[in-house]
Amino acid sequence: MSKRMSTYYWMTIPAVLLFFLFLTLPAIQGVYYSFTNYNGFGKTYDFIWFRNYINLFTDNVVGDAYWFTIKFAVVVTIFVNVFSLLIALGLNASIKFRNFFRGIYFLPNILSVLIVGYIFNYLFSNVFTVWGQSLGINALSTNILGNENLAWIGVVIVAVWQSIALNTILYLAGLQTISKDMYEASSLDGAGKWREFWSITFPLIAPFFTINMVLAMKNALMVFDQIVALTNGGPGRATQSISFLIYTGGFEGGEFAYQSANSVIYFIVIAVISILQIRFLQRREMDM
Amino acid sequence: MKENTKINWPINILVAIGTLIILFPLYMALTIALKDPQQMSQSLFGLPTKWRFDNFANAIEVTNFFQAFRNSALVTTATVVLTLLTNSMVAYAIGRNMERSKFFKGLYFYFVSAMFIPFPIIMLPIVKLTASLHMTNLVGLTILHTVYALAFNVFVYVGYIRSIPVALEEAATVDGASTWGTFWRIIFPLMAPINATVGILVCLSTYNDFLLPLIIVSDQDMYTLPLVQYIFQGQFNTDYNLAFASYLLAMLPMIVIYLFAQKWIISGVTRGSVK
Repeated sequence: MSKRMSTYYWMTIPAVLLFFLFLTLPAIQGVYYSFTNYNGFGKTYDFIWFRNYINLFTDNVVGDAYWFTIKFAVVVTIFVNVFSLLIALGLNASIKFRNFFRGIYFLPNILSVLIVGYIFNYLFSNVFTVWGQSLGINALSTNILGNENLAWIGVVIVAVWQSIALNTILYLAGLQTISKDMYEASSLDGAGKWREFWSITFPLIAPFFTINMVLAMKNALMVFDQIVALTNGGPGRATQSISFLIYTGGFEGGEFAYQSANSVIYFIVIAVISILQIRFLQRREMDM
Repeated sequence: MKENTKINWPINILVAIGTLIILFPLYMALTIALKDPQQMSQSLFGLPTKWRFDNFANAIEVTNFFQAFRNSALVTTATVVLTLLTNSMVAYAIGRNMERSKFFKGLYFYFVSAMFIPFPIIMLPIVKLTASLHMTNLVGLTILHTVYALAFNVFVYVGYIRSIPVALEEAATVDGASTWGTFWRIIFPLMAPINATVGILVCLSTYNDFLLPLIIVSDQDMYTLPLVQYIFQGQFNTDYNLAFASYLLAMLPMIVIYLFAQKWIISGVTRGSVK
């Protein structure tokens, strides 16, 4: 082997070993434990093969966590993309102080998700309730985080408030790639703003739409910090997300092996959703 | 360009109103942190009549702010430096050889495919592993952040490295420079724009990370800022003025950096995500 090639190998090998040790190995261990009944702290365990997986599919706690997480992720993805696109269109229009406004809309992206959650937690219990009472809106006059049916909407609001920042900036970057000539050609044709958006703007920013949909969806499926700060999975188990369940069940509930099986399923769900999304959205990009 | 820019006022006003939704929670956080309970009961939304900087002094003392800040700053700085130096080098070796070597092509997919692995799948085993390796400290946090960053960074760096012409390195080789020297003296400086992007992304994600410190760090002296907010929830209890002073202190360093480097941060984050 030439000296040159051996340097290239030495540049990567330590990283490969560390990556294997801290990522691949734990992932394999996770799959291994998922076939056992290990509780996380004992000395012994038995192989129970697919028992954990069979139990997962009949477990209401797990089913509810998947239902909450997927419902949450879909709603957040839709709202984040609609609002981000609207804000980006606004920022891209000929307005004054554009950079100043852009700076403010991006601000939430640099803040800790956990701390933003704590701030909103206070707003939900002490501020929005005051508005609800004075406006006479029943749903708002009590803390919605304490309401089993509405708590998930509270988590959605916080997630949307913070996620808009990144997606807005990405849409804005997309809009700025469109040259003015494209619009001038269309206004000569007398096309309205609405048609102009759907037939020119949107197809041209399609790659950004793909990125934003995939990013927003993936982040929302991993929701953890917001749950800790806002509801702790409650009231009851109403806002227990999958990663929150894996954390609490695995570390505090003695369900190490069982939650390992859960995380294997979770991995498959995320991978399948991401791949489907990319496939579907990229095919649409081609069509447009 | 200038002559046909007529300001679109209705949209301008809508955009301005929209920022209120972003600013309102932060306004509340700031004013509550500066009030006392009596002022809060008089006016929930108003500006503080008397600024109570005591809240900040108390928060610093109760949460041992400077220690947590030092921990966060250490981990963030060390992770950024280590990531820039190591990840770029790994990506360089891969980017320059993946066309002609199956080994390096395989490595590329090995690293990049890990982007799809959700953290919870390794969360339970990694706690056992770090405990047995005595890595439940700031050094452990730094190493893990750096290693996990590889998946995304190899993807971003390789894309950039392949756009740098090989001719420069070939000239250096003719002059007798080693691969090692070529990388550090010629390629690494050329990577400045992408290093800025990676550095900003790593800085934000490491500083604000909550889950990894939560499961790894057990020693109270090693708590990072987000972890401290979580641990002290019980003590904050209903003392909102103290709690909000503490939240603001924890967010302040990043906000200050943002004020000065806003343009960089926005373009860096954009470039990193669009890759």
